[in-house]
Amino acid sequence: MPTIDIDKQELFDYLGNQFDTASFRELCFEFGIELEEDSSEKGQLAEGERAQLKIDIPANRYDLLCFEGVSRALGVFLRREDPPTYKVVPAAEPHRITVSAECAQVRPFVVGAVLRGVTLTAERYQSFIDLQDKLHHNLCKKRELVSIGTHDLDTVEGPFTYEAQRPEDIQFVPLNQTESMNGRRVIEFYEDDQHIKKFLHIIRDSPVYPVVYDAKRRVMSLPPLINSEHSKISLDTRNILIEITATDLTKVNMTLNILVTMFSKYCNEPFTVEPVEVVYPDGKKFVYPELEQRLMATTGEYLNGIVGIEKSNDEISELLKKMSLEAEVQGDKINVKLPATRPDILQECDIAEDLAIAFGYNRIPRVQNNEATVAAPHPLNKLSDIVRREIALAGWTEALTLSLCSHDNNFAHLRRKDNGDEVVVLENPKSSENQICRTLLLPGLLKTVCENKRYALPLRVFEVSDVVLKNAAVERGAQNQRHACALYASNEARFEIVQGLLDEVMKSLNVVSVVEANKGVRYSLEEADIPTYLPGRGANVMLINEDGSSLELGTIGILHPEVLGNFDLKTPVSAFEINIEPFL
Amino acid sequence: MSEELKLTILKKLDSEGSIEDTTAAFKGVSEEVVLGALKSLESQEKVAYVTLTTEFWTIEAEGKDQLENGSYEARIFEAVPAGSQGIAIKDLEAKFGKVAKLGQGKCLANKWVKKDGDSLVRIADSIVDQVKAGLETVHATGTHPSKDTIKDLKRRKLIKANKTVSYAVSKGAQFSTELKKQATDLTMEMMQSGAWKSAEFKKFNFKSLGVNPNGGKLHPLMKVREEFRQVFFETGFEEMPTNNFVESSFWNFDALFVPQQHAARDLQDTFYLKDPAVASSLPDFWKTVKDVHEKGGYGSIGYRYPWSEDEAKRLVLRTHTTAVSAHMLNKLAQGPYRPAKYFSIDRVYRNETVDATHLAEFHQVEGVIADKNMSLGSLIAFLDMFFKKMGMSDLRFKPTYNPYTEPSMEIFSYHEGLGKWLELGNSGMFRPEMLRSLGLEEGVQVAGFGLSLERPTMFKYDVSNIRELLGHEVDLGMIARNPACRLDKKMGREALQRSEAVDEI
Repeated sequence: MPTIDIDKQELFDYLGNQFDTASFRELCFEFGIELEEDSSEKGQLAEGERAQLKIDIPANRYDLLCFEGVSRALGVFLRREDPPTYKVVPAAEPHRITVSAECAQVRPFVVGAVLRGVTLTAERYQSFIDLQDKLHHNLCKKRELVSIGTHDLDTVEGPFTYEAQRPEDIQFVPLNQTESMNGRRVIEFYEDDQHIKKFLHIIRDSPVYPVVYDAKRRVMSLPPLINSEHSKISLDTRNILIEITATDLTKVNMTLNILVTMFSKYCNEPFTVEPVEVVYPDGKKFVYPELEQRLMATTGEYLNGIVGIEKSNDEISELLKKMSLEAEVQGDKINVKLPATRPDILQECDIAEDLAIAFGYNRIPRVQNNEATVAAPHPLNKLSDIVRREIALAGWTEALTLSLCSHDNNFAHLRRKDNGDEVVVLENPKSSENQICRTLLLPGLLKTVCENKRYALPLRVFEVSDVVLKNAAVERGAQNQRHACALYASNEARFEIVQGLLDEVMKSLNVVSVVEANKGVRYSLEEADIPTYLPGRGANVMLINEDGSSLELGTIGILHPEVLGNFDLKTPVSAFEINIEPFL
Repeated sequence: MSEELKLTILKKLDSEGSIEDTTAAFKGVSEEVVLGALKSLESQEKVAYVTLTTEFWTIEAEGKDQLENGSYEARIFEAVPAGSQGIAIKDLEAKFGKVAKLGQGKCLANKWVKKDGDSLVRIADSIVDQVKAGLETVHATGTHPSKDTIKDLKRRKLIKANKTVSYAVSKGAQFSTELKKQATDLTMEMMQSGAWKSAEFKKFNFKSLGVNPNGGKLHPLMKVREEFRQVFFETGFEEMPTNNFVESSFWNFDALFVPQQHAARDLQDTFYLKDPAVASSLPDFWKTVKDVHEKGGYGSIGYRYPWSEDEAKRLVLRTHTTAVSAHMLNKLAQGPYRPAKYFSIDRVYRNETVDATHLAEFHQVEGVIADKNMSLGSLIAFLDMFFKKMGMSDLRFKPTYNPYTEPSMEIFSYHEGLGKWLELGNSGMFRPEMLRSLGLEEGVQVAGFGLSLERPTMFKYDVSNIRELLGHEVDLGMIARNPACRLDKKMGREALQRSEAVDEI
């Protein structure tokens, strides 16, 4: 969730001096933004320091990412002002950007607009820069999808061209630099720049780099990295040319619309924008920005139904005004006009949310009217709970270990080999503790014992949880398996103790030992050479069905001393681990 | 022996009324033995006693030497002959060794002798050896009337402090000279013989702890899970099969109308799989999902970007159990309309850097309600009831943004002790783009809500580091000690009063 910093006094003045921090926090809560912090509440402000408000903005509300946007939206919400109508007005001399064919290889789209007769102050300038940063970070996906260039229109000459050139052939002085560089040098130069270096990867290996030129072949920007020093904006700039390049046509339009709707406020004629025509190599022409209101038809019945209120269409239309949405009632229908500031509205349900906010979430009548349904546990969880309780009642303590672990934990440390047909491996773990999904619960329990050496022996620990196994037969290529694992750590291994617990668990599941019966569903321990266990002290736990067929459930044994050493344990441990899903 | 001593004490009390000092009365019996007998008698209320402590001084090895042979300074004085000739210091040292140096200093300080060149010459004609006299008194009486003397002797390490403990004994409420053997426990033998009827039971100390049963224990997180499950069952929810940690991006994101460029799908946030890396296939309705992302539909304009099938096939560790809810809703849509309530409590994964409050895996509690009557108002009413069962009655809702719910609400509860609103979880109405592509008919509204299981557990059980709750770093003692979970009762940090809560904020 993006956070913005707002000058407290300026905002409170704008809203008519009716708020203190507490009541403003309530307003934010109601509107769906969050006052994270008021710097004047944190401690004494330094001499001359102005109180700042840190406000969390929902990730889809790009129109609230600057002072201009949030103050206007709150002003309208409080009905102190009407939402402006944004207008595209023709320029005296039309602006044009011609796109060259090579751009398609690297960054195909460009849009533009001109803000005429802008009056900048230090605060407005900073807000303009900050908004671009926020948009670059969120909507533009760290400039990968979209990147913004802004220029002092009076320093350049149209028509402009958007081209893709070999880096060696691009020569200019980047913003705030004195050295003239070619494209290769730019990459090299910004390699150590904390801010710009994060974007170098977007074009570094491309044979051609995107570049914007003016009519005199002066480089204006090298998207998505840097603008030129020549065309940079200062506080004295009156006419601003915005060019935005992109790989995503939807998001580039959203970005342009947000920028011009926010800052056209400071134009000679507020809320007007001059268009830029973009001509593509195939001759197709487009004019930006597209500020026309979108129409979305909905009904009172739908909106009332979603929110759970009963308002007339006219009342709904009034409420939507608080959210900067103009609505026309046409019989049963409500036609909502969506301003260019609200690309987040995709469907009627988005209008329903705005209606709910305008009405007040906490004023909605709380009426429970759902139909009755029948509860049921998931059978596997029910089975797990039976096994868990049985083991705990027998005196074992339940652990809950992590399902991700290192490859070694699951294999080498248990003296097991990875044949590649069992384990799910992660692509991008940040720690070696998260290399794979466990295929056994045992390593987690051994680590638990290792962390709890301070307690008197014996330690009896168990877990009933899922492991993950590869399975090429299912769509997802892997599936969980519910295991039960219990171990006993003491001065002597005492195999018979975990064996006795296994007997109890089996008894609870109505399965008898082959020692006690020779028919029915039975279980049997079959001595086996299992590297995790001490030779001669490991066995497979087999389930024998009534028809005589058998199934391996898991293993039981005294752990191999090398395994114990690998988990930094000095006491003998015996354990069993079985798959309980066959008991479903 | 001890029975004998007890009888002796009782008889002495019987004849003398009281015993003023046990050390004097029972010479040669050690203090511990006397105390044992007295405690036993006291527990039967046969006697009462008070402890008497006496301090006394004993003479150390060096003190014994000076007690027998005179103090060092006296010995030196005696060695200095009368008259102006005196004695050469080096002769003294040859004769007395170490004593010469120590004694000389004192002799000079006492002005018994003076230095004359390399010799010592007498000033006093005769002296009194106060040190020896002091030691004699201590030897005879164990102490000395003059505090200064004691202090001086102690400083010279000639004497050492000692303590004797003895007891003054009087008759107790149940005094008698008869000593009956007391039973410490009721035994089967006593039951059989009937001896319990006349047995006198040793007084029991109830201000004690019993023997730890060392039984098995359930994990606190699982106890809280059980409480949540119970509330879900009470309110008609069916548990979802969440035993699939691996999901395709399609089910985890695309089917939920999360666009493919969404930040949640970054490598920074989501675990992708290397092996297996991709799903073998996508469900039949994948084209519907593709369309709604690319072009919209169901009244939506969509996200308008080129949707990639390959991206949708990439396997991930599920980032939320909502992936499973999507499966369930898709399944529900196969049959004729019926209202449904589903829940799950299971693990989800985030590619987080681990710290005290974040793990790469945690448990998500999720509920989903599909109903034609579902509205934001009825969801709020449901959540009111749901959380009331957990002892939280004062709920408030804040508009928020989730990519797959609209309208969306954060759920807050007021905490009296902390004096602030705490976020409990997230909720909302699933978007039509998601529901309709999953096959649900128009008009079926589905609400969802979710919260983490770890957060309330840490709150209830006062655990501040998540690693000490979930995972191998858990303290087994904590598991053994902690109480049962009753969500409707205030526990742990939740039970904090305002005054105690200051540190929390």
